[in-house]
Amino acid sequence: MSKYSIFSLIRNAGSYHENWQRAWRSPDPQPEYEVVIIGGGGHGLATAYYLAKECGIRRVAVIEKGWLGGGNTGRNTTIVRSNYLLDESAGIYEHSVKLWEGLSQELNFNVMFSQRGLLHLAHNVHDMQEIGRRGNAIWLNGIDSEFLTPEQVKEMVPLMNINGRYPVLGALLQRRGGTARHDAVAWGYARAADALGVDIIQNCEVTGFDIKNGVVQGVRTTRGDIKAKRVGVVTAGHSTVMADMAGFRMPLESLPLQAMVSEPIKPCIDTVIMSNAVHVYVSQSDKGELVVGAGTDAYISYAQRGGFDMMEHIMGPLVELFPFTSRLRMLRQWGGIVDVTVDRSPILSKTPVEGLYFNCGWGTGGFKCTPGSGHVFAHSIANGEMHPIAAPFSIDRFNTGALIDEAAAAAVAH
Amino acid sequence: MLQITCPWCGEREGIEFHCHGEAHIARPENSAEMSDAEWGDYVFFRKNPKGVHYERWTHDAGCRRWFNAIRHTVSDEFIAVYKPGEAIPELPEKYRDPASNRTGAPQSKETK
Amino acid sequence: MAQKNRLPDGGRIDRTKPVRFQFNGKRYDGFSGDTLAAALLANGVSLVGRSFKYHRPRGIMTAGSEEPNALVQLGTGARTEPNIRATQAELFDGLSADSQNCWPSVGFDIGAINSVMSKYLPAGFYYKTFMWPASLWMTYEHVIRNAAGLGKGPTESDPDRYAQHHTACDVLIVGGGPSGLAAALAAGRSGARTILVDEQSEFGGWLLTDDTEIDGMAPTDWVANTVKELAGLDNVTLLPRTTVSAYFDHNFLTAAQRVTDHLGPQENTKTPRQRFWKIRAKQVVLAQGSLERPIVFADNDRPGVMLAGALRTYINRYGVLPGREIVVFTNNDSAYRTAIDAKNAGAVVHLVDLRPDPDNPVVHQARQAGIQIHEGSAVVGIKGAKSIHGVEIAPLSEDGKSLAGPTFVVSASLVAMSSGWNPSVHLFSQSRGKLRFDDALTTFVPDHTPQKTRSAGACNGTFTLAGCLAEGMEAGAAAAKDAGFDSAIAGPSHVVKEDAPGSMRQVWTVPTVHPLGKGTRKHFLDHQNDVTAADVHLAAREGYLSVEHLKRYTTTGMGTDQGKTSNVNALAIMSEIRSASIPEVGTTTFRPPYTPTTYGAMAGQGVQELFEQYRGTAMHDWHVNNGAVFEDVGDWKRARYYPKPGEDMDEAVRRECKQARETVGIMDASTLGKIDIQGPDAAKLLNMVYTNAWSALKPGRARYGLMLNEHGMVFDDGVTTCIGENHYHMTTTTGGAARVLNWLEEWLQTEWPDMEVYCTSVTEEWAVATLSGPKAREVMEAVAPKMALDPQTFPFMAMQEGEVAGLPARVFRISFTGDLSYEINVPARYGMALWEALMEAGRPHGIVPYGTETMHVLRAEKGFIIVGQDSDGTVTPYDLDMDWIVSKKKDDFLGKRSLTRTDTARPGRKQLVGLLTEDPNFVLPEGAHLVKEVKPKPPMDTIGHVTSSYFSPNAGRSIALALVKDGLNLKGSSFQVPLMSGHVETVTITDTIFFDKEGERARG
Repeated sequence: MSKYSIFSLIRNAGSYHENWQRAWRSPDPQPEYEVVIIGGGGHGLATAYYLAKECGIRRVAVIEKGWLGGGNTGRNTTIVRSNYLLDESAGIYEHSVKLWEGLSQELNFNVMFSQRGLLHLAHNVHDMQEIGRRGNAIWLNGIDSEFLTPEQVKEMVPLMNINGRYPVLGALLQRRGGTARHDAVAWGYARAADALGVDIIQNCEVTGFDIKNGVVQGVRTTRGDIKAKRVGVVTAGHSTVMADMAGFRMPLESLPLQAMVSEPIKPCIDTVIMSNAVHVYVSQSDKGELVVGAGTDAYISYAQRGGFDMMEHIMGPLVELFPFTSRLRMLRQWGGIVDVTVDRSPILSKTPVEGLYFNCGWGTGGFKCTPGSGHVFAHSIANGEMHPIAAPFSIDRFNTGALIDEAAAAAVAH
Repeated sequence: MLQITCPWCGEREGIEFHCHGEAHIARPENSAEMSDAEWGDYVFFRKNPKGVHYERWTHDAGCRRWFNAIRHTVSDEFIAVYKPGEAIPELPEKYRDPASNRTGAPQSKETK
Repeated sequence: MAQKNRLPDGGRIDRTKPVRFQFNGKRYDGFSGDTLAAALLANGVSLVGRSFKYHRPRGIMTAGSEEPNALVQLGTGARTEPNIRATQAELFDGLSADSQNCWPSVGFDIGAINSVMSKYLPAGFYYKTFMWPASLWMTYEHVIRNAAGLGKGPTESDPDRYAQHHTACDVLIVGGGPSGLAAALAAGRSGARTILVDEQSEFGGWLLTDDTEIDGMAPTDWVANTVKELAGLDNVTLLPRTTVSAYFDHNFLTAAQRVTDHLGPQENTKTPRQRFWKIRAKQVVLAQGSLERPIVFADNDRPGVMLAGALRTYINRYGVLPGREIVVFTNNDSAYRTAIDAKNAGAVVHLVDLRPDPDNPVVHQARQAGIQIHEGSAVVGIKGAKSIHGVEIAPLSEDGKSLAGPTFVVSASLVAMSSGWNPSVHLFSQSRGKLRFDDALTTFVPDHTPQKTRSAGACNGTFTLAGCLAEGMEAGAAAAKDAGFDSAIAGPSHVVKEDAPGSMRQVWTVPTVHPLGKGTRKHFLDHQNDVTAADVHLAAREGYLSVEHLKRYTTTGMGTDQGKTSNVNALAIMSEIRSASIPEVGTTTFRPPYTPTTYGAMAGQGVQELFEQYRGTAMHDWHVNNGAVFEDVGDWKRARYYPKPGEDMDEAVRRECKQARETVGIMDASTLGKIDIQGPDAAKLLNMVYTNAWSALKPGRARYGLMLNEHGMVFDDGVTTCIGENHYHMTTTTGGAARVLNWLEEWLQTEWPDMEVYCTSVTEEWAVATLSGPKAREVMEAVAPKMALDPQTFPFMAMQEGEVAGLPARVFRISFTGDLSYEINVPARYGMALWEALMEAGRPHGIVPYGTETMHVLRAEKGFIIVGQDSDGTVTPYDLDMDWIVSKKKDDFLGKRSLTRTDTARPGRKQLVGLLTEDPNFVLPEGAHLVKEVKPKPPMDTIGHVTSSYFSPNAGRSIALALVKDGLNLKGSSFQVPLMSGHVETVTITDTIFFDKEGERARG
C-alpha cells in the first residue's frame, strides 16, 4: 500500500495522477478462507481489518452483496459520541471513540473525524434529570462530560432559539463527540484491509450457509461456495434474512430510517446538536450541508425509503430550534434500513450454530461504533470467545432479562 | 407515505395508522411452566421477513381499532387487511414463495 | 442602463413594464417576465458566480431549474436566500442579488488560487492528506469548512409565512409542456378532478421557445387556447410556479408552490410566500420533459458556454441575444434550430457538428440561412477566462479520440452546446420505477413502475412534438379512465408538421490539443462541484468503479442541481473506461426532492405559536393570573410554583411545602390521565393489567395499582376507583395517559376480545382540584355541606359523588402527599368555578396554592414514587421495595412470568432506597452517583444514582431517593457521592419515608 500524504499528492500531480494505485483489489473468491465476513459495510470491513492486523488472521474474505459502504455506512448522519448512560454501552462506545481518535493515521486515510463537540439539549425537568444522571454516569466512567447552562449553549450555537415552545434549560456536552466522513471510513478500512491481504468481494450475494451437525462449514454465494470454519455476519437490516438461512431467530425488526441534507451554506452550526424533546438532531457537514436526521417509521420495510410524514415531523422542530433554517432548502432525503432490538442496544454474539457469529442490532446509532464494534468482534471471532467489552451484548440477554436498555432508562412518564 | 384500508373505515392516509409488528402471536397461557428461553421468545423475538408479513395495525386517528394486514415488506404493498378474529385471507398466488413460509406465514389461525 | 443584448422585439416579456434590479451592487434594467438570468444576459453580464472547489469564473448555462453555475445570494437581511438559481428567479422591481462563494468580488476572487493549485487538488485529495500532524486536523477542517459552502444562510427569523395544503385528485399531471397540456385536456374533458402542475411561471414548456405549428396555430397560441379551456373547467386546478418535489408510495406526491416569490418581499405576510401541497392522486401522468446534455469538451465551463436549448429560450422567450458571435456545438439536429434562430436574430453563427455528414432538412435550412457548418469537428478549447473571446475548433478523427487536423480559432463570445437530451425520469424513479437504457437515444427512459403512473412525451423518450401531443392525450385519457371516468370525449388528435429527428454522434469526451488531464484545459462534468472527466478516470484508476463510489468519491452529481446536467455524461465516461455498457455501470437512485425545497414551506403553518400547541387545564388562566411559573410535562403546561414577589423557586417551594402541611394546600391535578372503564369484565381486566388483586374492590372504594409491561418492568401507576357495579375510574400518570389507554385497548381488542369491557379516555372531561393538609376537611365542610365527611363514612381510599360548591362532583379521598386529601373532580367546564370556590372557602384556613414542585417534595417526604423518575423502565415492583403490591394468589397478570427470569429475580439489583446527606443542608443533584470508593479522578465504580432530591422543610433537612445496587440490604451503610465540582458528599442509606412514618395523617 503506497502511503497517502501531501508528498504523495505532489509527486502524483507531477505524473498527472496516473500512477495512483487501486485502493483495493477486486479478487475472485477463493474456495476457502479462515474467516468469512458477510457484509461490506463499515463494521464488516473494520472486523476484517482488525482480524488481519491484530489477530494474525489474513485469510479473510469480506463478501458484499452490492458495493462497499452502500448500506447504513453511507446513509447515516455521521454522528460519533460515547456519552451513553449504561456501563456496558459506555464500554463499547468509548472504546470506539478512542479508536476514532487515531483512525486517520491508523488507516492512512483521512476519515475527517471532527471532534467538534456534541450537545444534548434539555428542555424540561425530566430532561434535566435525564442529562443529570447520564452526565454523571459518563463522567464517572472516565469519559468527558460537561453540563452547560442555557447561556453557554447560546454562546456555542448563537443561531439557536433557546426560548421557544420548549425552552432550553441546559445541555450535556461531550467535546470529544462529533462527526466523521462516512464513506471514507468504509474506504479507509477497505484499503487498509486489502493491503493486509483481505479479499474484498463486491457484487457477491450470500444465498445460504453450509452447516453440518450444528457447525458452520462455509457459505453459499452467487459466485460459488466458500468454505470457512468461522463466519461473521454483519449485515444490519438484513440480519434476520441471514439468521433465517442459518435456521435460528434474531430479536430484530428492520425499520426505515430517513435523513436529509440542506443545500450547502457557509458555516453556521459548529457542533452537533441533539434534542429529544423537540425531536431533531442536526450538524453541518464540512461541505456546508445541514445534516438532519428523522425518526424511524414504525413498520418493517426493506425498501430503503420511508414516508414523507417522518420527514415532515422534523421540519417544525428544525425551524423551531433554528428559525434561520426556514428559508434554507432541503437538497436531498434518503432512507436506510436499520435493525432495531427491543432494548435499542446491539447484539454481538455467538449463535446456536458453532462458528457463526452475529454483529447486528445497531439500530439508528451504529456508525459511531464502526471501529469499536469491528475491533471487539474481530477479537471475539479470533479467540472463539466474546471479547469482554462485547460479552454483555449477547443474545442470551433476551432470555435472562439482562437487557441493556438505554431507551427505557430515558423513559418519559410523570 | 402509505395509503391504508381500515377494515372498518375504508381507505385512509397512512398517518392515521400505527403499526404494531407481527400478528398472530397468542399470549401463552401456561407461562409458569415455560422456560426463560421460551418466554423470551414470546416477548422479544419477532419475524422480520423480507417479503410477505402478517402484522397488526391500529387506526389511531379514526376508529381506534386494531386490525391485521398482510403487507409485502419490500414493495410496501398491502395485500389484504382483516379484522381480529377473522380467518386469515388466502395469499394470492403471486406472493406464494416456499422460502418465505418459514418466516412469513403464521403457523396457526389463532389471532391476536 | 441600456440592455445591450435585448432584441428590438419578440419574446414573452412585457416591455411596457420595466423593472429595475441590482446585481453585485450595480443597477440594471429588465422587463417584467424576465428571469434574473435573462435580464443579466440582456445587460451583457455573463460572469455570475464562482464554482465550489476551484472558484472558476462561471456564467449562465441553462434557462431552467437544472442550472449548476448561476447561483446567487438573493435579497438581504432576514429575507436573504442562498443558492438561488438566477435562471429560475423571476425579476421584480427592487430585486437585489449578489454573487456568492467569492471574495472580494466575483471578478477578482482570492479563492481562485485553488484553480492555480488544481493539479494538487484532484478528486478525493482530502482523503489523502491533512492527516499530519493529527492534532492539526481541526485547524485544517476550519479552513476547509470556510472555503466550502456556497451562499450564506440568514441569521434571523423568517418574516414570511408558509402554508401546507392537503388535497386528493383523480389525475395529477406533472409538467405543463405539450404532453402535459394534452394530457390535461384529455383528463379534464372527461370530468376527472385534474391537477396540472408546472414549475415555470407559465404553461407551455418548450412550446414557449419553439415555433412548430400545432393545428395550424403558432405554438404559443395553441398554449393560450388550451390553458383557457382548462381554466374554464371546474374540475381542473392549474398550478404554475409549482414544483412536484417528491413521489412517495401509494401515489402520494408533494409539490412546492411559489406563491409570492416572483413579486418580491410582501408587506402583507398573511399570504403565504410558498404553499406546500400534499397530493394523493388516483392516477399520475408524468410529463416533465427532458433536460439537455452538455458536451464534455475542454474549457466547457467558461462564462458564455451554455446549452443550445437555453440560448434558444433566451432568444425566443425573453428577446435576448446574449452574444453577437456564436458558436453552436452539437451532436444532433435540435441545436440547428438554435443556430437558425440566432442567425435570424442577427448573430454571426458557426455550427460545429460532431457528425461527419449531417444530412437533414434542418441542416439544409441552416446552410441556406448562411450559417457556416463545420462537420465532423469539435470545439477543442476556449480563449478567455471570465468571458469568451474566441473558440478553437478542429476536425475529429473517425473514432472521436483525437484531432484529425489543425485547430483554428473563430471569433465568438458565446458557445451553445448540445449533446442530446435526457428524459427527466427523476419522479418516475422516485415512484420506484425501473429505468431502461435506450441505445438510440443514449439515455435512460422509464421502463415499469408498480405505481399508478404513466410517462408521456420527452420524459418518456419521445422527442417529436406530434409524439408528445399524442402520448399526452393518450396518457391523460387512460389515466382518467382508470380513475373511473369516461375518456371517450378526450378530443381530437393534433396536427403537427415536423421533420423526424436525425441521428446523433456521441463523443463522450471531446479531445483537445493535449491529453486529458495533462494540460491547463479541463473537461467539466459537474460544473458546480468542479468534477472533470479526468477525475472520473482517477476514480476508476483507484478502484472507485461502482457508480455510487464514483459519485461519492468525485462528488459528481452531489451539488444543488443533483447532477441534472452531469450524471449521464459521468456514467458514459465511466462505461468507456470500464469497457462496459452504460446500463452495466448502472445509475444512482434519484432521491427527493426534484429541486431543493424550502424547509419553511414543508413546516407549513406549524411554526412559532402554532408549533406543538400546549395543553392547559380548565384552571390554566388562574395560574397565569396568579404568577405561576410553569413547567412542560408532555404537551401540558403545569403550574410548577407560585412565587410571591421577591421569591425564588426554593423560597416559594419551602413556603408552599410548610403551609400545605400546616394548614391546607390546593393543587391543580387535572392533567392526570383518567380512563373510564365499564363492563361486566372490567374487574377481570384490572386483574390482568395490575399486579395486585381487584376482585374484592367495592363500589366507592379506591386502590393503588402498578402496571408492568410484558418485560416485567413498571410502566405506569395510579389509583383506580370502583364507581359502581362494573364501573371503574382509572387514573394514570400525566405523561402515560395515552400509552395506558392504548395498552388496555391492545389487550382487549387482540388478545381478550371475549371480555366485555369499554375504555374511554376522560382526562379532558374532568377538572381536578386536590385539597391536602390538616385543614382540608374544614374547607370541604364549607363547600360541600351535604356530603358526609367524617372519617367513618368517608374514610381514606374512598370515593363519593355529591355536590361541591354547588357543582356535581366526584370526591376521592386519596393522597399523594401523605396528608388528609380530597381530590375533587368536576366536569371540566366547572373547573374554574370549583377552583375559585375552594380558594374562597380556604382563605380563612390559610389555603395555599402549590405547584408540581411542592407536590414532588411532599410525595418524596413520604417515599411515594414517580414512575419515570424513581423508576426508569428497568425497574420491577421488587426493585421498588413494593413486594406487597404483587399478588401471590393470581395465576397471571401482564409481566408476571418475566419477574422470575434469572436476571430479573437476581439479588443485588438496583433497588429504591432513601438517602440522607451528612450535611443536612446539602441537596444532592438529581442524577448524582454513589460510588464504591472515591478516587482522585474517574473512572470510579458506581453503585447507584439519585432519582429524587429535595430540601424538605417539613423534615428540616435534605432528603433523597436513589436506586442503589443491593440497596435494600445496605440500609445504614454510608457511601460517597462525588460531584464534577470536586465536592464529595457522604450519604447514608435509609428507608424511603422521611415524614410521618406511621402514615396517620392521610387516614385522619
